[in-house]
Amino acid sequence: MKSENFLLKFFLVAYLVVFFGYLLGPLLVMSVTAFNSPSFPKLTPWECLTFEWFDVLAQDERIITGLKNSLIVGFGTVILSVVMGLAGALMLTQIWPKMRATYYTIVIAPILIPGVVLGISTLVFWDRVSVMLGFGSGSFFQNGIFLTILGQSTFIASYCMLVFVARLQRFDTGLTEAALDLGASNAQAFRKILLPFMKPAIASAAVLAFLASFENYNTTTFTFGKFPTLTIELAQKVRYGIDPSISALAFIIICLTVIGALAHEVYRRRQQLALNNGAPLSAVTGSFQLPKFLRGNPAAIVLVLISLGGFTTIWFSQVYSPKECILDVREQKRILQDLRIQDIKRKRLEQQKATQGTQSTAPANSSTLPQSPNKGAFGGVFAPDNLNKETGKKAVPQSPGKGAFGGVFAPGNLDKTGPQDKKSD
Amino acid sequence: MSKGVGVDLEDVCIRFGDFVAVREANVSIKGGEFFSFLGPSGCGKTTILRAVSGFLEPSEGRVMIGGKDMAGFGPNKRPTALIFQNLALFPLMKVWENITFSLEVQGVGKAARRKRADELLEMIALTGQGDKLPSELSGGQKQRVAIARALCAEPDVLLLDEPLSALDLKLRQHMRTELREIQKRVGITFIYITHDQGEALTMSDNVAVMRAGIVDQISDGHSIYNDPATPFVASFVGENNVFRGKVKSINGDHAVIDTNRSGDLVARIATSAKGSLNIGDPAMMFLRPEACKIATDTSAAQNRLTAKVLHEEFEGQIYNVFLEGAQGKEIKMSLVNVGQERQSKHSNELTLEYNPDQAVILPAGELASE
Ligand SMILES: Nc1ncnc2c1ncn2[C@@H]1O[C@H](COP(=O)(O)OP(=O)(O)OP(=O)(O)O)[C@@H](O)[C@H]1O
Ligand SMILES: [Mg+2]
Repeated sequence: MKSENFLLKFFLVAYLVVFFGYLLGPLLVMSVTAFNSPSFPKLTPWECLTFEWFDVLAQDERIITGLKNSLIVGFGTVILSVVMGLAGALMLTQIWPKMRATYYTIVIAPILIPGVVLGISTLVFWDRVSVMLGFGSGSFFQNGIFLTILGQSTFIASYCMLVFVARLQRFDTGLTEAALDLGASNAQAFRKILLPFMKPAIASAAVLAFLASFENYNTTTFTFGKFPTLTIELAQKVRYGIDPSISALAFIIICLTVIGALAHEVYRRRQQLALNNGAPLSAVTGSFQLPKFLRGNPAAIVLVLISLGGFTTIWFSQVYSPKECILDVREQKRILQDLRIQDIKRKRLEQQKATQGTQSTAPANSSTLPQSPNKGAFGGVFAPDNLNKETGKKAVPQSPGKGAFGGVFAPGNLDKTGPQDKKSD
Repeated sequence: MSKGVGVDLEDVCIRFGDFVAVREANVSIKGGEFFSFLGPSGCGKTTILRAVSGFLEPSEGRVMIGGKDMAGFGPNKRPTALIFQNLALFPLMKVWENITFSLEVQGVGKAARRKRADELLEMIALTGQGDKLPSELSGGQKQRVAIARALCAEPDVLLLDEPLSALDLKLRQHMRTELREIQKRVGITFIYITHDQGEALTMSDNVAVMRAGIVDQISDGHSIYNDPATPFVASFVGENNVFRGKVKSINGDHAVIDTNRSGDLVARIATSAKGSLNIGDPAMMFLRPEACKIATDTSAAQNRLTAKVLHEEFEGQIYNVFLEGAQGKEIKMSLVNVGQERQSKHSNELTLEYNPDQAVILPAGELASE
């Protein structure tokens, strides 16, 4: 009985570990690689703790503009989608009951249509419109931001509509009638009664729309024109090889998400707590009280810990310099390599002695010098960046072959040495 | 506050597709009157009220308020305020904001609104509760807030759609008197809807009884109860023993009908049937349980019945005695409890008698279903 219980618990724990490992593992690994010094994102071998990838990220023009474009597009999409979604949802409540199912299917369809199709059709449609209206190429209708906002909104508006419909179903139309009866105009009834009721739904729809817009790739890839968004930039970057600055970006995004989720949870719990304590509803929505909010609220404590952690990290990054560590690692690698070379030399010498040197000096000569291209080729295949970094810095002309291989696998690495050195000064 | 103005419905018909919800309603309501529409569920009471407040345009006929045809005026253009069946308080607004909503949409400043709200809160005995949300009030308090909100708009006509139906009995009785008092104080026309006859009779100056879209009778409560115009009204308002039969003879105000099972019975002819009732017509006689007495003289007469006691219910101030007349005819009798001997002995044979003026005869027609 007892052992059975134990077994059950064991499996439960094992299952949870596997489940959360599967869910969060990749994110965790990605985050950790942002702090490792090798210029290809990796967890092992752990070399040096570094914050330089955040600097690299901050100086990456393309990422920054991509982010800016994403924010602009996200903002536009939120506004357009929320407005269209709300209008669509209101329409659903107004339309003749017989038409309702048909209408619903039509407005929900964009969610079911692949994003790729939406992207292409947006591009083609507005191009036609532009041509029909007699605008040349590069007109407003072919502007990447305009097209991306429209393209994304086609389906994001449907998401928003679903959120609104769910909320509207709980709306008592009697309230609007009561407002009208008390002398309100239709616009007043909408603004003073329906909108406040819809406010929570509008907030969630806006967040949803922003997130959906921010992460969208399928549709955007056809419409971005001269304004690549962050996802587009990332995809292009990955195509030409990546470095841990992407991990750094991922880390920042993950942190923001976690903090946002926790903050929401804290807010929710605080309300719940206050309600349970018998506070009137009107007081709960009121002002902010810090001491009470920390009491008996794990989410709040976690949030405080995280922000403390964040601040110490930032402070630490200002003080700490990985320069010495990186030099150390380099030195160690060099020593290791020297040792290996000497080892090989010795072995060859022994071999030579054993064969009693009928083919006198020629092989002995070659054994010292051309050995490196061979090794470079192999090294390039198995661990391109490691070796590459060293050679890139110290002995660039030493082995062209090595450089070539390294370049294939991680082109950015050679470039990165520049800013890297600059920063450590 | 403005004195109430009259409301007239002239030949109002309201149709939803093929379905006729209200049929040729002609109702005249005087200014300052407490007027009730009484009828079973689904008979079209709310529909009439919505036509008066402007949420519905009648398919035919006219709605006049203060002598003015209201066609084309929306609900926000009519001098009416409606208290909804479910109250429809704005859940996200505080009590005082609810009350003064009609001022807010007129652009009245906050301080003035707050002041008016406090006055009204005092009137409904909720002083100091203005900053609560409606969800924090009890049922009766919500009720009063809804009334204050409607009164704040200073309507000429206040329309109330079964506002007390959600309350428990005690509170309902309390609110009845309170409503009536408010009406007397502000002096405006109240149009009140209910399916509770007690409510209609106690509060109203006049009552319209409705049946499936038709207004059967408009009269004061006394006449509705004592002198019903149709079998439907007689059976819907209060309790009645119904005797079916044919008119046998007419003698002035009274007639004798030959009932199917209880022999010949005499009763007063209802006012609405006077002159139109002929000998041989199918008719119904309505006898109130409280109009029955136990006869000391047991000889046969046209106002006497014999019956056996089945069982008896004791209700405090009255006994209800259930009897079985000739051929299984069920009869109910109510006796005021004055400490007399109870009639509960089963199969006890009794002779009942009644004053023929307290029973009415009407041409046969549709009854209210139980
Ligand atoms: N919008 C509508 N469309 C179709 N039929 C309707 C509509 N509104 C009401 N009806 C019908 O009209 C009839 C009268 O409805 P109404 O709401 O006036 O009843 P009521 O007398 O107020 O009943 P209750 O006491 O239950 O509130 C009902 O049979 C109802 O089904
Ligand atoms: Mg109703």
